[in-house]
Amino acid sequence: MAETFPDYDVLAKRNTPSWNERTRDVIDARMAKVERPDILAERQRDTLRAVTARVVPQPAHRAPVNATALVLDKIGSDNGDGFRHHELPDVREAWARGLDAIDAEAKSRFDTGFARCSAYQQDEILASVQNGDVKAPDWATLPPKLFWSWRLIPDIVSAYYAHPSAWSAMGFGGPASPRGYVRLTTNRHDPWEASEQKNDELIPAKVRNRHGY
Amino acid sequence: MAIDPEQTPRAKNGRAPDVMTPGGWVSMREYPENEEVDFVIVGTGAGGGTLACKLAEAGFSVVAFDAGPYFRPLEDFASDETEQNKLYWTDDRIVDGDHPIKMGSNNSGKAVGGSTVHFAMVSLRFRPEHFKTRTALGYGVDWPIDWQDMWNYYDEAERALHISGPVSYPWGPKRGRYPLRAHPLNAAAEYLARGAEALGIKWTETPLATLSAPIGQSAPCVYRGFCVTGCSTNAKQSVLVAWLPRALKAGAEIRDLAMVGRIETRNRRCTGVHYQREGEWHFQKARNVVVAGYAVETPRLLLNSANEEFPDGLANSSGLVGKNLMVQLNQAAWGQVDDEIRSYKGPPSLAISEHWNYDDDKDFHGGWSYMSQGPLPITWAKSLAGGRNLWGQALIDEMARNNHSVGLKMVGEVLPYERNRVTLADDTDQYGLKIPRITFSLGPNEEAMIDHATDFMDKSLEAVGARERWKEMDDTCHLGGTARMGFDAKTSVVDADCRSWDIPNLWVCDGSVFPTVGGVNPSLTIQAIACRTGDRIKQMSARGEL
Repeated sequence: MAETFPDYDVLAKRNTPSWNERTRDVIDARMAKVERPDILAERQRDTLRAVTARVVPQPAHRAPVNATALVLDKIGSDNGDGFRHHELPDVREAWARGLDAIDAEAKSRFDTGFARCSAYQQDEILASVQNGDVKAPDWATLPPKLFWSWRLIPDIVSAYYAHPSAWSAMGFGGPASPRGYVRLTTNRHDPWEASEQKNDELIPAKVRNRHGY
Repeated sequence: MAIDPEQTPRAKNGRAPDVMTPGGWVSMREYPENEEVDFVIVGTGAGGGTLACKLAEAGFSVVAFDAGPYFRPLEDFASDETEQNKLYWTDDRIVDGDHPIKMGSNNSGKAVGGSTVHFAMVSLRFRPEHFKTRTALGYGVDWPIDWQDMWNYYDEAERALHISGPVSYPWGPKRGRYPLRAHPLNAAAEYLARGAEALGIKWTETPLATLSAPIGQSAPCVYRGFCVTGCSTNAKQSVLVAWLPRALKAGAEIRDLAMVGRIETRNRRCTGVHYQREGEWHFQKARNVVVAGYAVETPRLLLNSANEEFPDGLANSSGLVGKNLMVQLNQAAWGQVDDEIRSYKGPPSLAISEHWNYDDDKDFHGGWSYMSQGPLPITWAKSLAGGRNLWGQALIDEMARNNHSVGLKMVGEVLPYERNRVTLADDTDQYGLKIPRITFSLGPNEEAMIDHATDFMDKSLEAVGARERWKEMDDTCHLGGTARMGFDAKTSVVDADCRSWDIPNLWVCDGSVFPTVGGVNPSLTIQAIACRTGDRIKQMSARGEL
């Protein structure tokens, strides 16, 4: 799909009144996160990296999102979200077992590890987890559909959409404090918001998105 | 070097954080642990924080505990969904039943000020008949409080919070105008308004607890849109900003990062509370104990306090502590439009229709309201991934169309069922306390309401030209009902004054006293009940009835 918000970059607002100090600190720290080598086994990390790449593909023409590093961080903290489904173990255990089971599913279907499968094969495996249509015996102690909808999807999606590149690609205003917004009504936006690419415009969005922060 | 408010208590040594000033302090009275204070309050949210203010202003000695940190929003809050998870109660809890409840953002808070620190500010009154559903409408149970009595306390809460709202509210008995003018509509709210008009029902600007004019040290709302992750400008009138500064001024002490684990009793009366702070257990003596931890932590504390005198937990002779847990239905309808909506701007729910709270021509019990929506990116991505099973490039592409998405979300009444309940699991948490097990299943009445509401909201979107419409069928919000108030000791846990039937100096003051939850957001009602309880305690004390 063509870029809807060409040249729009949430990060260009970092040093404007849209970002308070706390926000700068938090986002800087998040973007600097790299994959922790002490969380999970190497093979599990490889699987997680491959799963993440299929579930939330990187944005085109933008700085890559370090979603795998952020998910590993969450697994490392073993911090739940305030609730644990009674059929699922805690965060770290669920991920360790789930990644092993995804890898086993790849072996049973394609005779190789998940990370070595083609993108097409990987999508087939992930769809089988999503639909509960799995073959590997490893799933006996981990309900695949629950693992998918209560752990894998929320954790990966939350990591990806915590990154400014993902915000820019969707034309989200990004952090907004102390400056908020003035123009709230239909089809109006402030100069510090994303301009959308439209066919019939005199000044293209690409140009407008470089101004006004 | 600044201390980390999530690790080290701030309210100590005769001072508490000044929430209106970065790095600022206000003086705070402190009470020794061996002094028997008039009231210990467990929890500083809509119930406990409001009551702390009322009781301190009435001249009682008050110590209010909160398990969470004492934030200064101006310096501690980022514009960021992930960082602000620090406002939610994310300690371990097990959820089960046919429809296990997702806890955290929509229904909990672990900070001084409770979940009002991150609530969506929607401040509504119950329909009068919803205080008497059994006798007026033939379902649920009646409240032991009269609606006219509540109307006065709604007035008090609305004035204290400087609610912004419409000049005249379209539903229910006449009420005075709101203290501040309504906020302007954003595009998402305009779409609700046009849809309601096309379908021939009324709508209005949502009464909100965020300023539309400067008041005191608070500036008006700047429409930054991160309301449900905490307001970093203090326009939001949370308990943290609105009630607790008053409580401190009147001489209340607030203890942050202080987790109460057990209430002590002797001769069938409370004597104080055991609490953990800075890694150690302490005991605070008290003449009265008020539990205000909301519908999960309140029954958990009462059950965890079981002793020889009360082997089934405190205030539990009825066996109802933890039972009749209610949520509210939070299903949605969404669609795509040609217009740019950009619903990330402004408070998320600027327009509302309460039509179906007041129209009884339905084939199920209970009421529901619906509001315009403004989900932030992570929330929206989880909605698309969960509700439409999108992932991969399909998810990324759909996210890029978010500025043209528009939606409506219900707040619907769930009926009380004893099978929906909070019990204790065998696992323990970081304090060594047994964690709660939360069991919840919808019934046929709820399913019928969901169908009715999602169909109606979908029609409203269709009427204003939304395409690619879909329904988000799996979401809940708010809690209530695990320590219900009622008319007698057999069928309820507390009386109309929030006083335990079993233990005369034990009180419960939060959403768990709700016998029914109605079809509106509960926070204003909780605060009104706290105002009423404060007045009742003052009256009873004057008569020597405490």
